[in-house]
Amino acid sequence: MEPIITWLANLLANVSWWPWPAPPSAAIIIWVVYGLFIAFGIAPLAMIVLTWLERKIIARIQDRIGPNMAGPFGWLQAVADAIKMLTKEDTTPAGADRIPFNLGPGLIAVSAVLVFAVIPLAPGIIGSDLNIGIFYVVAVGSFGVLGTLMAGWSSNNKYALLGAFRAVAQLVSYEIPMAISLITVAVVAGSMSTLTIIHNQAVANGGWYIVAMPITFLVFFLAGMAETNRSPFDLLEADSEIVAGFHVEYSGMKYAMVMIGEYVHMLALAGLSATIFLGGWRGPFVEQLYNAVPILGGLLGLVYFLAKVLLFIFVMMWFRGTLPRFRIDQLLDFGWKFLTPLSLFNLLTSAFVVKLFQPAGTAGVALPAGPLAGFGGLGLTSALLISNLLVAFIASLAVRSLARRSRGNVLKAVAGVEG
Amino acid sequence: MQNEFIFVGILTICAILLPVGGMGMSWMLRPHKPNKLKQTTYECGLETVGETWAQFKVSYYIYALIFVVFDVEAVFLFPWAVAYNKLPLYALAEVLIFVLILLFALVYAWRKGALEWI
Repeated sequence: MEPIITWLANLLANVSWWPWPAPPSAAIIIWVVYGLFIAFGIAPLAMIVLTWLERKIIARIQDRIGPNMAGPFGWLQAVADAIKMLTKEDTTPAGADRIPFNLGPGLIAVSAVLVFAVIPLAPGIIGSDLNIGIFYVVAVGSFGVLGTLMAGWSSNNKYALLGAFRAVAQLVSYEIPMAISLITVAVVAGSMSTLTIIHNQAVANGGWYIVAMPITFLVFFLAGMAETNRSPFDLLEADSEIVAGFHVEYSGMKYAMVMIGEYVHMLALAGLSATIFLGGWRGPFVEQLYNAVPILGGLLGLVYFLAKVLLFIFVMMWFRGTLPRFRIDQLLDFGWKFLTPLSLFNLLTSAFVVKLFQPAGTAGVALPAGPLAGFGGLGLTSALLISNLLVAFIASLAVRSLARRSRGNVLKAVAGVEG
Repeated sequence: MQNEFIFVGILTICAILLPVGGMGMSWMLRPHKPNKLKQTTYECGLETVGETWAQFKVSYYIYALIFVVFDVEAVFLFPWAVAYNKLPLYALAEVLIFVLILLFALVYAWRKGALEWI
């Protein structure tokens, strides 16, 4: 890889027609190659592989076989679908608002692809280690909502409009628990950079965050499922109520863009969950091998990372195969009355525990060490786990009493009607 | 070391090329034969009745308002989270007060029935 890039850089350095004053450096070339790889490698591949995987897994859950005609295990079916979408006629409904109608699907796809900039695929392979990594994820992940709203609003279709309304209510509601759970992670890791978060999940530093913060993980994952419009949170496309919601009028390549957006978003969510909570590429022997033979260590790290990502993707498909869709009031209640307070309380208790275990001032900051600082990373992990479980216990008590009260109200109302 | 955000710019351009390239390719391959029936609004095979861009439920607006409050809160919490390791204990106390005020707002909205879907 290295010699090829230096060769390319030298080649470009000698080009006389290069329009800018300085020829691109090797780093820029690597970045361009990696960016093209993400946009034209990962994104279409995600759609092709994940649609096939989803159809197979859902079929198995429903005791069917799924696609099995084209190619071994039917995997050519997904390729055939991609070709079909490429060659289908693209209809625009009369009365549609053309500019947002054409921009919407593209915006959805772009917002999903951009998340991959900060996801490390293997040791040493990351787009850019932004120091605001997870903040960037929240920022770019949420302007897909804009695309959804544009698509739904401009279609001149009542179902699409309903889908767009639902999309805004849902995506906006679940963004808050998601952001707050990411803030909790940033408090514990002391940084928003994804590489630092992975570094802090070494066994010596306390291990995977899913062990330390199961509640934070659950909030993040559920809110992320809602953000990616996955079933059971797929109210905005609810095929059985509003046909297909915001993308009902799309066909051909624009429909494919909506689908690419959805599946890439799903992959990005799985990748983020693996990075933030399962230690990314971390696993047995990766670091030793990476220090000895970087390429082999990188490959091993990639394998671990992909295994974790596929695990999360399987869980998402399992959800879809198992759970019925929420009603919109249940969905908003779940977001606002359960996940938001839960994540806020969890943030406060986690911050308190982190303060207890804080080591004495580092890097020129004069701070006394926390009272339990001597226990180190593993102590922090177990304390965080205990505080998380406590928060979960209290939350379950609160939910129980609330549910009882509302059931009592219903019973009273029924008794009033009957009496 | 170069600015890490250069890659974000590069990736943005590549990501924009994805829909542009895809649509361009399909524009070369696909047929284009529009007719009046094809372009009608798809609503379960029935003809559309009335205006599409109708009024929407006010509940959506109230949720959006509450969202703005909490989103701004999240923006304030992000810098606090990063600097948390370098701050003494009063940082926790201040954020406690800050979050409790907002939780009070959430409880108020809840009691007022702003979070009920009518």
